[in-house]
Amino acid sequence: MEVRLFATLRENRGKAVRVDWHEGINGLAVMESLGILPSAVAIYLINGRNANPDAALSESDIVSLFPPVGGG
Amino acid sequence: MATSYNGKILRVNLTERSCKVEDLDLNLAKKFVGGRGLGSKILFDEVDPKVDPLSPENKVIIATGPLTGVAVPTGCRYMVITKSPLNNMIACSNSGGVWGAKLKYAGFDLMILEGKADKPCYINIVDDKYEILDASDLWGQETEHVEEVLKGRHEGCSVLNIGPGGEQLSLLAAVMNDAERAAGRSGVGAVLGSKNVKAICCASSRTSVEPADAAALKEVVSKANKLIKENGVAGQGLPKFGTAVLVNILNSVGAYPTRNWQESEFDGAEATSGETMADTVLVKNGYCHRCPIGCARVVKLDGKDRAGAEYETLWSYGASCGVSDLDAINRANWVCNETGIDTISAGCTIAAAMELYQRGYIKDEDCEGVPLVWGSGDAIVKWTERMGKGETKLGKLMAQGSYRLCEHYGVPEFSMSSKKLDLPAYDARAIQGIGVTYATSNRGGCHVRGYTIAPEIAGIPEKLEMTSIENKHTWSIIFQNLTAVIDSSGMCLFTSFALSADVYAEMLNAATGTSYDVNGVLEAGERIYNLERLFNQKAGMKPEDDSLPKRLLEEPITGGPAKGSLSRLPEMLPEYYKARGWENAFPTAVTLERLGL
Repeated sequence: MEVRLFATLRENRGKAVRVDWHEGINGLAVMESLGILPSAVAIYLINGRNANPDAALSESDIVSLFPPVGGG
Repeated sequence: MATSYNGKILRVNLTERSCKVEDLDLNLAKKFVGGRGLGSKILFDEVDPKVDPLSPENKVIIATGPLTGVAVPTGCRYMVITKSPLNNMIACSNSGGVWGAKLKYAGFDLMILEGKADKPCYINIVDDKYEILDASDLWGQETEHVEEVLKGRHEGCSVLNIGPGGEQLSLLAAVMNDAERAAGRSGVGAVLGSKNVKAICCASSRTSVEPADAAALKEVVSKANKLIKENGVAGQGLPKFGTAVLVNILNSVGAYPTRNWQESEFDGAEATSGETMADTVLVKNGYCHRCPIGCARVVKLDGKDRAGAEYETLWSYGASCGVSDLDAINRANWVCNETGIDTISAGCTIAAAMELYQRGYIKDEDCEGVPLVWGSGDAIVKWTERMGKGETKLGKLMAQGSYRLCEHYGVPEFSMSSKKLDLPAYDARAIQGIGVTYATSNRGGCHVRGYTIAPEIAGIPEKLEMTSIENKHTWSIIFQNLTAVIDSSGMCLFTSFALSADVYAEMLNAATGTSYDVNGVLEAGERIYNLERLFNQKAGMKPEDDSLPKRLLEEPITGGPAKGSLSRLPEMLPEYYKARGWENAFPTAVTLERLGL
């Protein structure tokens, strides 16, 4: 499955990575596999929508991870 | 007792070419905090709200806040308050840099410009000395050149000026200072232009402002700096990527208005993102006076270090015009600075023109060699030059902003504006709270009158579901009230990612000797917001002006994560008015009495 990374989360990882999908995998497991602490993720999206990282993912889901961002 | 208010107003009568110093009523100052609040009060008291904004009877108030120049993080800002020629409502545009602090160091809290000079002039302030000088040789010149000339002429000065846009009374005209900082919105530069004021130079031998309680200030500033440094947004995200870090997030959630809001996802987002800027053209961060954040981007353009585009500009010239050429966007941004026009409204006006061209309202022959086609980097740069300099028939029309442009062709609904001020870069169909904030903004379509994007997108101070309307009116009101105080204080709104109302109250108390608590701060903000609304009511605002473009209410988003969404403004607005204590969009007598108005 595709995981898109943004801002500082790209450092040493790149813009997007593939993570092996298996039944029951969720956002927290994805973060762990990428060495990203859940506390470093301020915005967690599944297919562009806010989601709970506890929720199980489908193989076709696109996960997006953002650190704290803001501006105006 | 010491206080960070200077207690002095510099009143400049341009018609008589005279200046005088008046005492500031400190009780009034504390009631309206300063800056935006105090300036609005003075405008309300001294200017007939029905006045023609470009007539000598309108006034321009350039006001600092009680924390401007004080040793607090971002204590540098000033505001330009006047009646807007764009929408005939109250205008307050806010800028950083160092000019505001210099006015404070020179001994003034604010300036009032009234009347009209018979020929181009500029004002030179050096501490307690001030004079009105001839600016005939500067009229018609672009901002960088003017700043260079004046800095050579008046040692140690900081320069505020208008470009050709303001001189030609473009309703996009900004007031510029310190090369690239801008009090950008509402056409405030045109009001200075109408008065024949080209520039204001300010220098001082002082470099600080004495607070009421230095020890208390030191303590709260230490706390505030720590909070900012440790904050993910203010301490890390903004310094590293600038406001442009938002491009990818707004695009990812499908709330990134594209091609004049016909779509809400942009395939050129990554190419025009903060991440790409950092990897390619970024030279270094830019800092305003006393700022620990450094959100501004300095980029390489034609071999020179120039101010790079911020998030709103990357969007207005990027996605909104379908342009993914970062160099062209930075170039258009630079032309805006040089000609002194607002980067948001200028980009949005070109986007509206591109839709008019797409639909056949604007013809090839009107374009005079520069077709207004989606995605053209050449078009955004050249049409910005034409608008900023008042060149070509269509360029002159576009310099009056998207509303008048679209109205000219009989289709004002293609102007994506509220109260004629172009909406910024967040789709209110996908993000509900920002919609009610846009619609109820006293100056028109604006995100920095209540940045509910913080909770709705960034989860600050807590995560709100962006598609929900539940309690969004309450969040909007709290953000609007707190923002009014932050603006009035002279600090930058970006500190609010890290600081809460109690910290602002502590800083104001230590600096001025007031005794605000959190409720007092929010009530001062509410008072300011209601006063602005009262000005608009007397100026002729109608309840239906609290609106959003028809497209946001009737044309669902066509694709992406937010597909099918519409703004639910009609459901939020009655709740908003009820919570504000307003009826038919205006404060009731009970509300005014409660707020001491």
